[in-house]
Amino acid sequence: MPTNTLSPPLLDVHDLCVSFTSRGQVVPIVENLSFSIGEQEILGLVGESGSGKSVTAMALMGLIDAPGVHVSGSARFKGQDLLGLSGKQMRALRGREIAMIFQDPMTAFTPVYTIGWQIDEQLRAHHNLSRKQARTRTVELLGEMGVPDPANTANRYPHQLSGGLRQRAMIAMALSCNPSLLIADEPTTALDVTVQAQILDLMRRLRTTYGSSVLLITHDMGVVAETCDSTLVLYSGRAAETGATQDLFAHPQHPYTAALLASIPPMNGPRPDRLPAIPGTPPQPLERPAGCAFAPRCTYTHASCLPAPPPTFCTVGPAHKVACVLPGEGNPLPKRAYTSATPVL
Amino acid sequence: MQFPSPTVQAAPPRSSSGATQPLLAVRDVYKTYSLKHGQTLRAVDGVSFTVMPGEVLGLVGESGCGKSTLGRCLLRLNDVSAGQIIFDGQDITRLPERILRPLRQQMQMVFQDSYASLNPRRRIGDLLAEPLRVHRTPDGRKHTPMAIAHRLEELMELVSLPRAALERYPHEFSGGQRQRVNIARALVLSPRLVVADEPVSALDVSVQAQIVNLFADLQKSLGLTYVFIAHDLAVVRQISTRVAVMYLGVIVELGETDTVLHNPAHPYTIALTQAVPRPVVGAPRHAPLRGEIPSPVNKPSGCRFHTRCPAVQTRCQNEAPTLTQIAPNHAVACHYPVLKSTHA
Repeated sequence: MPTNTLSPPLLDVHDLCVSFTSRGQVVPIVENLSFSIGEQEILGLVGESGSGKSVTAMALMGLIDAPGVHVSGSARFKGQDLLGLSGKQMRALRGREIAMIFQDPMTAFTPVYTIGWQIDEQLRAHHNLSRKQARTRTVELLGEMGVPDPANTANRYPHQLSGGLRQRAMIAMALSCNPSLLIADEPTTALDVTVQAQILDLMRRLRTTYGSSVLLITHDMGVVAETCDSTLVLYSGRAAETGATQDLFAHPQHPYTAALLASIPPMNGPRPDRLPAIPGTPPQPLERPAGCAFAPRCTYTHASCLPAPPPTFCTVGPAHKVACVLPGEGNPLPKRAYTSATPVL
Repeated sequence: MQFPSPTVQAAPPRSSSGATQPLLAVRDVYKTYSLKHGQTLRAVDGVSFTVMPGEVLGLVGESGCGKSTLGRCLLRLNDVSAGQIIFDGQDITRLPERILRPLRQQMQMVFQDSYASLNPRRRIGDLLAEPLRVHRTPDGRKHTPMAIAHRLEELMELVSLPRAALERYPHEFSGGQRQRVNIARALVLSPRLVVADEPVSALDVSVQAQIVNLFADLQKSLGLTYVFIAHDLAVVRQISTRVAVMYLGVIVELGETDTVLHNPAHPYTIALTQAVPRPVVGAPRHAPLRGEIPSPVNKPSGCRFHTRCPAVQTRCQNEAPTLTQIAPNHAVACHYPVLKSTHA
C-alpha cells in the first residue's frame, strides 16, 4: 500500500554521501543519495555489487565507524536525524525502531548461543521482560515466521538449522520489537528459489501484520518486481532512477535500468540468439566519470552526458524521476517491449 | 599449424563411429559418501542420460540436489560409486589415471568461483600455458614455446581479452574478466566437452549476460558440447538445448528445453518454474512450495518429492517412480505427471 502523500514519510534521506580516505585520496562510495520511505511501504534498492546499496544501509543504521569514513547529509526518521545521533541514542533505536536482516544469517547470528537465546536477548534489551516472558514471545514469533516446532527450534544453534530456517529466525529476531522500519540486505540471495519464494511471501505479509516499512536491498530485478511498491536504482554510488515499481518496470527511462532489464534472460517468449548485454563493467569509485557514471557503457551517450556535474533527477511522471539528460532533451526512451502484457508461460 | 582454427573445428564431430553416437553417456551412476555413525550420503542416486555432440544439456536443481557432484563425476574429478560413464564410446569409469590423462584434453571444466580457480601467484599467461606443457601434440611431441605463445594469443582473442592480460595476475581482473580467463583455460586444449558448474551465478546481472553470450558463441563457433550446471532457470533456458531437473540425487524430469520449462510434467519442475521471480510487475503469483529440501542423508521414502508435493497421493509415499518416457524426448519420474499445460 503506497504511502499517503499527506503524512510525512517515515524515513526521509537527503543528500547522503559516504566516502572514505585511502592513501590520502577521498574515495566517494555513495554520492548525493536522496529517497524516502512511507509508512508500510516496501522500497527496493537495486544495484550491482559495488553500487553502494549495502553502504547506504550501514550508514542509516550507524554501523559505519571505521576511521577515515565520512558520512554527510541527513536521514530524518520520526523527527530525528539518524546521522546526527550519539551512539547511545542510536542503540536505543537500533533493533527497536529500525531492524536489519542480512544476506548471510550464518554470520549474523553468533554460533555459540542458541537462536532462542539471541532473540530473547534482543527482547530483554529493549523491553522489561523476564526470561520466561521473553522466551514465550520468541517462540510465538518463530511460529509466526513459519518455523516448524518453534519451541524446540529455539533451543537449536544456528548451524543446526537450514538456510531458510535461519533466515526465518533472523526475520523473527528483527521483528521481535515491532520495528517501524526493517532494512533487509539481500535477504534471499543465499536461498534456493523455492525457499526464496516463501521468504518473499513472508516479507510481503509483514507490512499488514506488523505495519513495518521495508527497505529491501537486492540485485535481483525479479525480486523487486514481485515485492516492492517503489524502486530506486543505483549505479556506481549514484541514484539512476526512482519511481513506483510498476511505472519503472513498464517504462524504464534511464538507459541503465532499461539495459539491465533487457539483459535478463527471459523465462518465456522467444529465446534471443544473444542476450543484449551491457558492455564493460561498472567503474571503480575513483575512476567514476565526472559526468554521467553510465556514459562509458551507454548506447545513447552524446556530448551533454560527459561534462560534470552528473545529471540530477528530472521528473518524468508522478513520483518517477530519472538522472539522465535524455528526457530533458525531448528524447525519452521507448517503453519496454517486455511488460506485464506479455503472456507469462 | 598445430591448432585447428575455429572454423576447422566446427566440422562434424570427430567421433570415429558416426554422429549418432552420444559424446557422453551416463548409465545408472551413484555417488555415495560415508559419514559418521554408519550413515551414508547418496549425493547422486542412480542417474542416467546421454549428451549428443554439439548439444547443451542444462542441469538444474536447488542446493544439495547433487548437480555439482554429478558434474565432477562426469570428468572423473570424483570417482563414481557405481554405474558407468562413457565418453565418446569409451568407458572411462575405471580407467587408470595414466590412460585417462590423454583423454582429459577432450573434457574440461569451468567452476563458479572465478578467483578460487586461478592460482593467485601466477600470471594468466603462465596459467594458460600449463595444460600445453602437460599435454603433448597429437603426434606425441612437446608443444614448442612458439606454438604455446601463438595459442595463448588466439585464446585471448576468442574470449575478448586484451593480449596484455597474459602478463597480469588474477586479482587484477573483475569477476567477469576472470571468468573469461577460466573459459580460456578450459579451451586451451580444444576440448570437445566442457562441464560448466554455475559459471555465471557469482556475476552481476549486466556482466552475466556477456558471459552467457560468450558461452553460446563459443559453443557455436567451436562446435562444443556443454553440460551447463546452474540453479537459474532463465540462464539455463537461454543456453540449453535440453534440460535435466534434479531433486535429491535423481533426475525428475528430462527433455527439450522448451518442453521442460513451458510444459513441465513433474510437480517439482512446475513449482520451480513458478518460483522464479520475473522482472515484470503483475506477473501471476503462485503459492510457494511448502517446506525445504529434506536432508540427502535421510531421504524420504517412495518419491523423494512427496513431502513437499502439492499433488501427493498414498502411492507416492511408498513407491519410488522411475524416469519414464511420456512423449518423444520427454521423460519424467512421477506417478501422476501433469500432462496438460493447465498449470500455466
